[in-house]
Amino acid sequence: MESWRRNPLVFWIIGLPPTAWLLGFFLIPLALVWVLSFAELRGVVDMEVTGTLSNYARAIDPLYLQIFVKSFVFAGLTTVVSLVFGFPVALAIVFAPRRWRALLLLLVILPFWTNLLIRTYALIAVLRTRGFVNFTLEWFWDQANAVLSLIGLGSLQLLGGRFEPLELLYNNTAVVVGLVYVHLPFMVLPLYASLEKLDRSLIEAALDLGASQLHAFRTVVVPLALPGIISGSILVFIPALGSFLTPDLLGGTDSQMIANVIERQFKSANDWPFGSALSFLLMYLTFGALALRALYSRRTAGQGRG
Amino acid sequence: MSAIGTDDTPIIEISGLSKRYGPISAVDSVDLTIRRGEFFALLGPSGCGKTTLLRMLAGLELPTEGTIRIDGQDMSMVPANRRPVNMVFQSYAVFPHMSVRDNVAYGLRVDGVPKSDAWEQAEEALNLVKLGGYGPRRPDQLSGGQRQRVALARALVKRPKVLLLDEPLSALDAKLREQMRLELVNLQESVGITFVVVTHDQGEALSMADRIAVMDHGRVQQTAPPAELYEFPQTKFVADFIGSVNLIEGRVQAGGNGQVRLLAPGVPVPVEIEQENGLPEGSTGWLALRPEKVDISNDPPADAARNTVMGTVEEITYLGEVSIFHVRLDDEHPLIKVAIANVDRVTRRPFTWGDRVHLSWTPTCGIVLSQ
Repeated sequence: MESWRRNPLVFWIIGLPPTAWLLGFFLIPLALVWVLSFAELRGVVDMEVTGTLSNYARAIDPLYLQIFVKSFVFAGLTTVVSLVFGFPVALAIVFAPRRWRALLLLLVILPFWTNLLIRTYALIAVLRTRGFVNFTLEWFWDQANAVLSLIGLGSLQLLGGRFEPLELLYNNTAVVVGLVYVHLPFMVLPLYASLEKLDRSLIEAALDLGASQLHAFRTVVVPLALPGIISGSILVFIPALGSFLTPDLLGGTDSQMIANVIERQFKSANDWPFGSALSFLLMYLTFGALALRALYSRRTAGQGRG
Repeated sequence: MSAIGTDDTPIIEISGLSKRYGPISAVDSVDLTIRRGEFFALLGPSGCGKTTLLRMLAGLELPTEGTIRIDGQDMSMVPANRRPVNMVFQSYAVFPHMSVRDNVAYGLRVDGVPKSDAWEQAEEALNLVKLGGYGPRRPDQLSGGQRQRVALARALVKRPKVLLLDEPLSALDAKLREQMRLELVNLQESVGITFVVVTHDQGEALSMADRIAVMDHGRVQQTAPPAELYEFPQTKFVADFIGSVNLIEGRVQAGGNGQVRLLAPGVPVPVEIEQENGLPEGSTGWLALRPEKVDISNDPPADAARNTVMGTVEEITYLGEVSIFHVRLDDEHPLIKVAIANVDRVTRRPFTWGDRVHLSWTPTCGIVLSQ
């Protein structure tokens, strides 16, 4: 870096294209959306930037606020479930023999090789009424019934007259399941990175001092994996919060998230100013959450957790 | 050297202990008894199995075969968290996310000691390792030497029956290492706990331990107090590993009678060594002769009982306190190292390159080894 400072020309030549890219395709459109959020609709497609706050006022209407809350709950649940599932996975990869690790990590990111839409449809095939989960359950149901008839209890119909498939799709659970499925790798990878740096002798020291495996995990592994837990949680929470495809395809009528509302404003409702206001509200909320977190972590670091 | 608190009752009894990884034996049928209150060292080159042995004592590795008894109880298969031993890791393994005090109190808190009691005992343990008042600090504010003291305090605070130390001095710089040797010995004397130290550094083992087990290829070669190891090594490996030695291969001429005669190619006269272990006539033997026990002179020594050979000074290595003279014997075969203390400050070398010199040593100086 120091040598770059001594040679500003190289710095500019290398730095200019990405800067121009970000400026042209990210910052300027974002600014346009921001400006639009203060606009009013004039007719079907015409808009006029009047500096009105009415779009924001409409956005904090209980109807939309409720969807915001629901989005946060979904994203939060997704984060927690991803953490609970992702931690053992990351730990298993770290403790796997060295030659297996690369392959296991590859398996974690394997879903990225397929398009999200296709993966979501695949999930539908798994979860729907005539899907693989229900087929499997039905098979077990048949076997159990066969066993019951064999021991002479068939006529009692202990398991009901016929197999009732579970309704696994088009509800809130399906959305969270889908979101976890999509976002799990974003949790596993940072966790792996922080667990991999963990000195094994620290765990051994805890055991040597009399700690049980669980206590060593709780007092040594988890605290030292905290940076990974935090970055994994951020990497899962933020995209999950803005998810649009998953609730659209897997959710029911009452499981739409804020991104679905925003999408509708820009497309079918054709209300760009309101959609822009919703978008920015979501962004402010996300920033707010991140700022709170940063504030909290700085305070705990300052305390020295003594 | 601390003999205080040592009695002859064993605290650790190891018998037939092996650890195999596939076809490789890291530890190969080791029998060893460590006495209560002893400062014991496991010494050997890297890969000799000493660390694996230590980890089996800690319960961090389980043996493939054999038993470990600690204070009379069979601990072979007991996991680390239920053994009355504690370990100081080579990397110290100080928990980076806890204060010094919480590190030291960790083992007590695990045992359910209330926080205030645990902190009080932690402070005592920190005083013991001269880190009084360091409790609120964080490990990243400490030097390597201080972190090691934290690791020591953390292990000692649990009052283990045995304290295991894995290469405790290897990460310290030379000056600190020397100071820490003394401190460890003093600490061991004051707490009266059995210390088992793994080291590859013979100087460390010789200066600290009451007894040393020299290991090679997973086996214990010899277990003895430092002086005995140095003066009466039982194998070539031990003679060579501990200190510097001239090893001269030869044929045993006359065994028994408190005297061994060794005829070595390149050495014109038979070497006579006073030694009781009658080696069989005609067998191969190796004369192990410490460089500092050989005298070098221009004229033949007056004492006819001394073993005397002639040679040419081929090389001189100045090491500060001593100079090593490499003397080539007439027949080209052995090159004998002679250590001469640099008594005078002014460099006065009585011999120089190419000088013809007489080397001599008394029959009590060397030892003839059969393996």
